[in-house]
Amino acid sequence: MTASVNLDHGLILAAALFVLGLFGVLARRNIIFILLSIEVMLNAAGLAFVVAGAKWGETDGQVMFIFILAMAAAEVSVGLALMLRMYHMLKTLDADAAGSMKG
Amino acid sequence: MLEFLWLIPTLPFAGFLVLALAGGRLSRGGIAAVGVGSVGLSSIAAFAVAAGFLGQTLPGHFYVQRLWPWMSVGGFTPEISLYLDALSLVMMMVVTFVGFLIHLYSSEFMIEEEGYGRFFAYMNLFVGSMLTLVLADNLLLLYLGWEGVGLCSYLLIGFWYKEPANGLAARKAFVVTRVGDTAMIVGLFLLFTNLGTLQIQELMRLAAERWAVGSGLAIAAAALLLGGALGKSAQLPLQTWLPDAMAGPSPVSALIHAATMVTAGVYLIARTHVIFSLAPVVQEAVAVIGALTLLLAGFSALTQTDIKRVLAYSTISQIGYMFLALGVGAWSAAIFHFMTHAFFKALLFLGAGIVINALHDEHNMFKMGGLRTQVPVTFWTFLIGASSLSALPFVTAGFYSKDLILFETWASPAGSRWLWAAGLLGAFLTSLYTFRIVFVTFFGDAKMQVSRKPGGIMTAPVVILAVLSVLAGFIELPSSLGEVRIFTNFLGNALPAETVSPGGSGDGMALMIVASAVSLAGIFAAYFLFFGKNRVADLLAGLAPGRMLHRFWFSGWGFDRLYDLFLVRPFVWFARSNKDDFTDLVYIGMIWLTGRFNNLLSLSQNGKIRFYAAGIAFGAVVVIAIAVFL
Repeated sequence: MTASVNLDHGLILAAALFVLGLFGVLARRNIIFILLSIEVMLNAAGLAFVVAGAKWGETDGQVMFIFILAMAAAEVSVGLALMLRMYHMLKTLDADAAGSMKG
Repeated sequence: MLEFLWLIPTLPFAGFLVLALAGGRLSRGGIAAVGVGSVGLSSIAAFAVAAGFLGQTLPGHFYVQRLWPWMSVGGFTPEISLYLDALSLVMMMVVTFVGFLIHLYSSEFMIEEEGYGRFFAYMNLFVGSMLTLVLADNLLLLYLGWEGVGLCSYLLIGFWYKEPANGLAARKAFVVTRVGDTAMIVGLFLLFTNLGTLQIQELMRLAAERWAVGSGLAIAAAALLLGGALGKSAQLPLQTWLPDAMAGPSPVSALIHAATMVTAGVYLIARTHVIFSLAPVVQEAVAVIGALTLLLAGFSALTQTDIKRVLAYSTISQIGYMFLALGVGAWSAAIFHFMTHAFFKALLFLGAGIVINALHDEHNMFKMGGLRTQVPVTFWTFLIGASSLSALPFVTAGFYSKDLILFETWASPAGSRWLWAAGLLGAFLTSLYTFRIVFVTFFGDAKMQVSRKPGGIMTAPVVILAVLSVLAGFIELPSSLGEVRIFTNFLGNALPAETVSPGGSGDGMALMIVASAVSLAGIFAAYFLFFGKNRVADLLAGLAPGRMLHRFWFSGWGFDRLYDLFLVRPFVWFARSNKDDFTDLVYIGMIWLTGRFNNLLSLSQNGKIRFYAAGIAFGAVVVIAIAVFL
């Protein structure tokens, strides 16, 4: 066991990643970038789990990360499918263009 | 026998329920059987109970039947219980028996009407409510019956509701009596808060114990009860509804607006006589109001052309006599006059109904005439009723009851010469306007052909009432005529006996002669004025002052115009100018505010995914901040 990563540092990095991702979700209009930003946020959360797991020497954090990974894969597949439909219908990837509900 | 008492009001109510629920499915014969039968059975039960009551001497001369406790709220525990004493027995007998006769008459009279079942349902409900009123053991139950009869009165005045005028008359009757009823319920509140009960006998005992004669509370209570009585009995100043109430069918006028409901005020005052005795001022007011009413209505009756309106004013006037009697402490005399009046006035209304029916719904008696030979039975019975109303001496019931009132007014310490003179003038007017009807309607040339003659079912009740209008008087004869005191002795068990001031009793004979002379003079005056072709009355009415007076009396002394000007119009004006009710502003404001807020929130529903995400993020931040820092 070499010197482990400081908990605070790890959490600060996770928070920074999360805020970057959030900023991406809010600021980007291209839906692909929004999806990417969501991935960043998910990984920020995963990082926080892993760091916390390392701190207490438990495997729970890593288990949670695998869960998140699986969920992210599912989310991306659904998200990309939706994105394709959206592009077929609206001929654009601008998220704001999909502002009206119909049917 | 007495335990059947509960059946008496229950039977008409049951009849009402059957007719109201299944009346549409019954044939006319079935409706008549239920409607007349329920009241008939009730009448038989009343006779049985009366026999039971008279057959045994009960301690205190009353019988109470407790049915069930109505409610129990705090210290307030009114019961549904029936109280039978001499006073309520007389009322009960008149209501059931006269009610039965009128129902019987109606079964033929109304046969061609569309709402046959509806009519009998209302009539049964009325009889049930009226019996509740007179048999009630406490004032709250009495009030229930009181409002019940008011409701039925409203429904039956507006029976022919397709005519807007009838609906107007019904509403007028309802609203005007409501004025009195409001006073009465306030009186009930006053009695309950001060004496802690509404049970009538208990109330009378406590009032006599705790309140001094002439004390403020007694005066207030008596005045408020009097207000209720004035409204229901159409006395000054709430008399304006009764003439218009003639819009209802004739049997309704006979039952509700002559024989029973309008005398509920008399009953109320007699029932609560202790309170009135404790408030001499109010009792004096009762006498004065009675005297004024009987004169005003008498003069108005002289000028009416609608046969039923004459009778309506006459009813107001006769109830004025009852109030006069109550006011001078002649309690039994008032009830005696109530009873005879119920007989002869119901008779007159039923007779008028036959006449109106026979002449294609013609109400104007100056278009009638010469009916004497065309409907002879009706003529003779009407003549008997009219004689009784005019107090034709010695042979009619009306003579004995009116003579008793006049005598008491003269001789009682509470009476006065002025009240007596007013009563005497009223007696003159009574025979004048009564025989005006007789001469104008039944004598002279026939102006219309009779289209429908009354059948046996309509004639029989009229004949029975005619017999009663004569015989009912002989149960009470003045001292000068052999002194029979069956009625007053009987009522003496429930009401205090009349007091006669010393020296007054000797005048009986002289007073009777004067009263007889006056009533005969009225009949002769009517003959002189209204008989034959050259009616002197037409000449008098043709002169300028005569015309003015005629118009004034015809409009019922202008009371309607007065109320219209000072109450109805300002109220309507106020209602109209405030039709966007200012209290509504609060609610309109609330609606406006909600609408604005809604608009504001709907702005947030813009469909922009990034805006929603920002909202979620912001919300999460707020929640986490709260969780962390608080």
